[in-house]
Amino acid sequence: MTSNNHRFSGLAGSLLLAAGLVITAQASAAEDPLSAGKKIAFDRKKGNCLACHHIEGGTLAGNVAPPLVAMKHRFPDKAKLRAQIWDARTNNPRTIMPPFGPHQILSEKEIDLVTEFIYSL
Amino acid sequence: MRKIATLLLSAGLVAVSTQAVSGPKEDLEKFRTYFEQKFPGLQLDEFGNGVYALDANKRIQWEAMEEFPPYEEFVDKGREIWEKPFKNGKSFADCFGKDPSKVRVKYPRWDAERQQVVTLELAINDCRKKNGEKPFKWKKGPIAWLSAYLGYEARGQKINVVIPEDDPKALEAYEKGKHFYYAKRGQLNMACADCHIKYPGHFVRGQLLSPALGQVTHFPVFRAKWEKKSKNGDGLGTLHRRYGGCNKQVRARPFPAQSEQYRNLEFFHQYMSNGLAINAPGYRE
Repeated sequence: MTSNNHRFSGLAGSLLLAAGLVITAQASAAEDPLSAGKKIAFDRKKGNCLACHHIEGGTLAGNVAPPLVAMKHRFPDKAKLRAQIWDARTNNPRTIMPPFGPHQILSEKEIDLVTEFIYSL
Repeated sequence: MRKIATLLLSAGLVAVSTQAVSGPKEDLEKFRTYFEQKFPGLQLDEFGNGVYALDANKRIQWEAMEEFPPYEEFVDKGREIWEKPFKNGKSFADCFGKDPSKVRVKYPRWDAERQQVVTLELAINDCRKKNGEKPFKWKKGPIAWLSAYLGYEARGQKINVVIPEDDPKALEAYEKGKHFYYAKRGQLNMACADCHIKYPGHFVRGQLLSPALGQVTHFPVFRAKWEKKSKNGDGLGTLHRRYGGCNKQVRARPFPAQSEQYRNLEFFHQYMSNGLAINAPGYRE
């Protein structure tokens, strides 16, 4: 009986999870990458880029790190910008910037979206 | 990926081993010079006022708060605890001496017999246990009230942590505390030193970062944030309560209050403010 219950709840869980994934996928498909990226970048529990960087359109930005402006000039290669967001320690081992990729603060998909947004600044 | 991790690890080890060559005295000298150069013209005791030494607007609001400080009733409660005898007829004065103004400056101290750092809060609960009383909870409430009272009584006296350099275990405790302050931790991979040595005076969102020098003088602290969370307006908390909060902010699992890790950290942290006037309890956002 107990094991049946477990199996049932496991099955229900997977169904719910699958449904959730579909909904999430639909939601992000509906939103354009720039505004999705901006949302993640500005979210205190996600990118929280404003904690340290000034970004146009953001309020109460910190000033620990350089303002994010003219990004295409600073990072002509978008892949290099993504690498910097993914793990800033590669360029500076003592950096205060969190390692968003290796520490899974953001998912790979979220880092892609944030990169799109930051690259547009 | 593994290569990067190995490189980082070995870089860390090198940094630690070169730091170990200098002793507490040399560290203190370097630490002072660093902050003097970072904030030229700022008087030593001003560092005990934290961000209010750096920001004129915040200072005005803070001084207004300190005129009728919300911690006063809890300092009074601390005095009552100090004066009230235990069930066995003895009191805190039997453990700490009769003069309450002479207690705070003795802590934290290295206990050669127990081979460990003894903080004021640890000594308070040791005293209670020795007299058959139940120990206080570590982070807030009566222990913070009593500690705040003892800090209040000691206002103006200088922090004077002694690290016996002929005791390798004491030096080890100091080095561990120092390493804690400089070590990256948590999901956000930040060290205490990142914010409070490298970037004090900068803003993280709307929060101004305080300098490491002088951080301990006003503890226990009365925080508006804690006041809002409490039911009775009690915003007082111990230094280890704050350590736990800092660790959580970088998404690291906090150590328990009065754990060896936090006591060693306090040993280093308070030593670095030697010579600064005690101004406890202090009001902070």
